Amino acid sequence: MEFIYYFPEVFSPVSFALLLVGTVGGLILGATPGLSPTMAVALLIPFTFQLEAAQGLILLGAAYTSTVAGGAVSAILLKIPGAPANIATTLDGHPMAQTGQGARALQLSFLASAVGGIFGVLLLIFLSPLLAKWALAFGPSHLFWLAILGVTIIGSLDSKSVVKGLLSGCIGLWLATIGFDDIMGAQRFIFHPALGGGINIIAALIGLFAIPQVLTMFAKGRHRTDVEVIAVEKHSVIDAIRELMRNKRALSIGTITGSVIGLIPGVGGQIAGLVAYDQSKKFSRQRAKFGTGHPEGVIAAESANNAMVGPSLVPLLTLSIPGSPTAAVLLGGLLIHGIFPGTDLFVNNPDVAWTFIDSMLIGQVLMLIFGLYVAGLAARVAQVPQYVMAAVVLGLAVFGSYSVQSSIGDVYVMAALGVMMYFLERFGFSAAPLVLGLILGPIAEANFIQGSMIASATDGLGAYFLTGTLNILLIGMVIASVAYSAWMELRARRFLSKEDLIA
Amino acid sequence: MNAPGLPRLQHILASGGIAAVGLAVAWISYTQQPSEAFLFPRLISTVFVVLAFWTFFKALMGWTKVGAGLSGAMFMRMAPGLAVALVYVFWAAKALGFYTAGTVAFFILLSLYDPAPLNSAKSWVKRAIITAGFLAVMYGLFAMLLKVYTPREVFF
Repeated sequence: MEFIYYFPEVFSPVSFALLLVGTVGGLILGATPGLSPTMAVALLIPFTFQLEAAQGLILLGAAYTSTVAGGAVSAILLKIPGAPANIATTLDGHPMAQTGQGARALQLSFLASAVGGIFGVLLLIFLSPLLAKWALAFGPSHLFWLAILGVTIIGSLDSKSVVKGLLSGCIGLWLATIGFDDIMGAQRFIFHPALGGGINIIAALIGLFAIPQVLTMFAKGRHRTDVEVIAVEKHSVIDAIRELMRNKRALSIGTITGSVIGLIPGVGGQIAGLVAYDQSKKFSRQRAKFGTGHPEGVIAAESANNAMVGPSLVPLLTLSIPGSPTAAVLLGGLLIHGIFPGTDLFVNNPDVAWTFIDSMLIGQVLMLIFGLYVAGLAARVAQVPQYVMAAVVLGLAVFGSYSVQSSIGDVYVMAALGVMMYFLERFGFSAAPLVLGLILGPIAEANFIQGSMIASATDGLGAYFLTGTLNILLIGMVIASVAYSAWMELRARRFLSKEDLIA
Repeated sequence: MNAPGLPRLQHILASGGIAAVGLAVAWISYTQQPSEAFLFPRLISTVFVVLAFWTFFKALMGWTKVGAGLSGAMFMRMAPGLAVALVYVFWAAKALGFYTAGTVAFFILLSLYDPAPLNSAKSWVKRAIITAGFLAVMYGLFAMLLKVYTPREVFF
C-alpha cells in the first residue's frame, strides 16, 4: 500500500499542472491523425529535461494515457483512428455518430476508457512490486538475457516479418555500441564527429518515430482531405453511465482482454482493441448489431486499449522490458534522468516510481472529465491539414533534438536515422525493435561484459550464460517468442493474400 | 515468387545495402583492437550478418513478401519536401540560425504541399500567417520556456 503515501506529491502545484497539460494536450494530440502516441511522447521528452524525474514522467505518462483515449475522438467523429489502438473504435463509433449519437459514443468511449485505464493502473500498482522483488534474484547473465528477450520479443511480435524484425533489433543493438567503449575507452564505429559521444537516445527516438511520419505525409503530395466533422449534440452523462452499467459484459471483456494483452511485451493497443471487439461480439446477444453503431463495440474497444496502458508498463518498470513502443520511449525518458527500471526504481527511487504510477491513476479521472469537454475542440484540431502537421512535426523534431544537449550533431543523427527508418519501413523493417535494441543495447553489453568477467574467474562463458534454471528459462522464452512469431507468420501467409502482406 | 508489382530490384538493393553494412560492422568488430572492446559488437555483428544475408538471399530469389517498396510517383511527391528538410537540417539551421531556417523551411513546405492555388493572394497570406504562428510558438517554447541557446541567427 506504499503507493497511497505518494498521492500528495501528485497534487503539488507543478505536478498537477503538468498532469493537466499532459492530459489535455494528449487528448488533442491523440485526436490528430498521423500523430501516434509514441511519436507524441517522443516529441515531449525534450520538454522534461528541466523538470524533476517524477514531474517529467507525470507529463509523459499523462500524454501516453490520454493520446490513446483521444484517438477515439477522430475515430468516432471523423472515421480516422487517431492511433492504431483506436481502429476497432471506428467500427461502431462512427456509425453511431452518423446517426446523431456522436456525444453518446464519445461519452461511452471516455467512460469505458477510464474504467479500463483505472483497472490497468491498479494491476500496475499491485504487480510491479512483486515482479520487482523477483527481479532481485537476477544476476548479470539473467539481465543480459532479459535485454535480449526484450529485443527479440518486440522484434518478432511487432513485425510482419520475424527476420526483418530481428534484423531491426540487431541494427539497434549495433547503433548502441557506437561511441567510446565504457571499459577500455576505445573508439567504436565513430565515422563522423557527430557520433563521438555515441547516439543520443532522445534524438534517435525523435528521428525514428517522427521523421518517417513527416515523410509519409510528404509522400501524399498536394492532397486535399476534406473530412467532415460530425457535429456533437447534447447527451446526458448520467444516461451514458447507466448505459455503461447495462453493458457490463462488454466492459469486462474489454478491460480483462486489454489488461492481459498489455502484460505481454510487444503486443500493442491495436491488438487489444481488435481482440476485445471480436470477443465481445462473440459473447454478445446482439452480435448482428456489431458494425452498425452498437455501443458494446465502442465500450469493448475503448476499455481494452486503455486497460492495456498500465500493464504494458509492468515489464518496463520491473524488468526493463518495455511492453510497447511507447513504453520504450518512456524508458528513454527514465534513463535520461539517470533512473534505471527494476528493483533500483522501487528501492532507491520509490518517490519517482509511485508518484508516476499514482499520477496515471489521477490522470484517468482527469482524462474522463476533460475528454468530454475537449472532444469538440480535439475534433477541430484533427482537421489540421497533413502538410501543416508535417511541417510542424519537422520543426519540433529539429528544435527538440537540438535542445537535448545543444548539439547540432544530435540534429544530424536525428535526421539521418529518421530518413533511414522511413526507407527501411518501406521494405518491411520496423522502428520499435530498432529502438528497443538502441535502448537495451547498453544494458545488454554492460551485463555481458560483467558476466564475462565473472565467467572467466569461475566456470567459463558457456556455463555462466547457458546453464542455471533462470538462464534456461529466459533462453527458452527467447526461442519460444521467435518460434511462435515465425509460426504465426507462416500461418498468416497461408490465409492472407499477397497484397495484404505487402500492404 | 514476389507478389505482383513488388519492386524486386528495390528489395535487392535495400537488403544488399543492409548486408554490406552488416559485413562492414562484422569486419571492423573482428579486426579492430583492443579486442575486449569489441567483444559485444562481435556477438551482435555475427547475428546481424546471418540475418542480413538471409534477407538478401530471399530478395535475390524473389521470395520477399513483406514491404511495399517505394513507387516512382510516391518518391516524386516526397522528394521536394525531403530535399527542403535535408537542406534545412544539414546546412541552413547552422548557417542561417534555427529560427530563420525553420521559418523559411516551414514556409517553403507549406507552399509546396498546400493544395490551395498558387496564384491566389489569399492563400499566400494564409501561409504567411500560419508560418508566423509557427515561429511564435517555437520561439515561445524553446527560447523563452526551455531557454535553449541556438546558434546565432543570420539576421539578428
